[in-house]
Amino acid sequence: MSFLVELSISVLLLLGGLFVLVGSIGLIRLQDFYTRLHAPTKATTLGLGGVLVASIVYMYDLQGYVSINELLITLFLVITAPVTAHILAKVAMHHRVKLIQHTRNQALVETARMQLPADLEETPTQTNSNEPS
Amino acid sequence: MLDYTVMIVAGMLGMALLLNLWRLIIGPHIVDRIVALDTMYINSIALILLYGIYNQTPLYFEAALLIAMLGFVSSVAFGKYLLRGDIIE
Repeated sequence: MSFLVELSISVLLLLGGLFVLVGSIGLIRLQDFYTRLHAPTKATTLGLGGVLVASIVYMYDLQGYVSINELLITLFLVITAPVTAHILAKVAMHHRVKLIQHTRNQALVETARMQLPADLEETPTQTNSNEPS
Repeated sequence: MLDYTVMIVAGMLGMALLLNLWRLIIGPHIVDRIVALDTMYINSIALILLYGIYNQTPLYFEAALLIAMLGFVSSVAFGKYLLRGDIIE
């Protein structure tokens, strides 16, 4: 293995590990659930992307061809991390998790809670009121 | 050089896992614990990839992909259970 390949793999691994560590420190240090949700979904995904790119370079150097597995893991994580964050933010709004004081547009939390399909009794009345009877 | 780097990065990922475990233990609300568990899944994927680099084998990518899918499905299942009181309606 040449020195340049080893250096690039090392730099990518160190960047990835640093971003993963920053994401976990943010998960500990931030004040609110909604701010705490940012750290794992962004910094940790980027850090894992760094480790995956380092793994792609290393396996290309080892085998001589690019394997599709790391790209598949990267694609899967990039797709699924925002979905998980969205569902967990929705859960937190539904359970009235405490906000920090200076969160903007706090009244919209109630609007978002009204849009949940938990109240199934209102849906047929709305459709009945729309019908011209 | 790569061996030292792998060891340093493994230490960083271990520290990140310990911080996530701390958030999993002290989390004030249950949603915090779900986020900590999801982050632990992602960090364990990174550790498995690092172990593959350390052992010079591409054998562990399937395990990493499997853990990624399990983490996503379990987080979404927890979220759906907390949101609706049921997972599959």
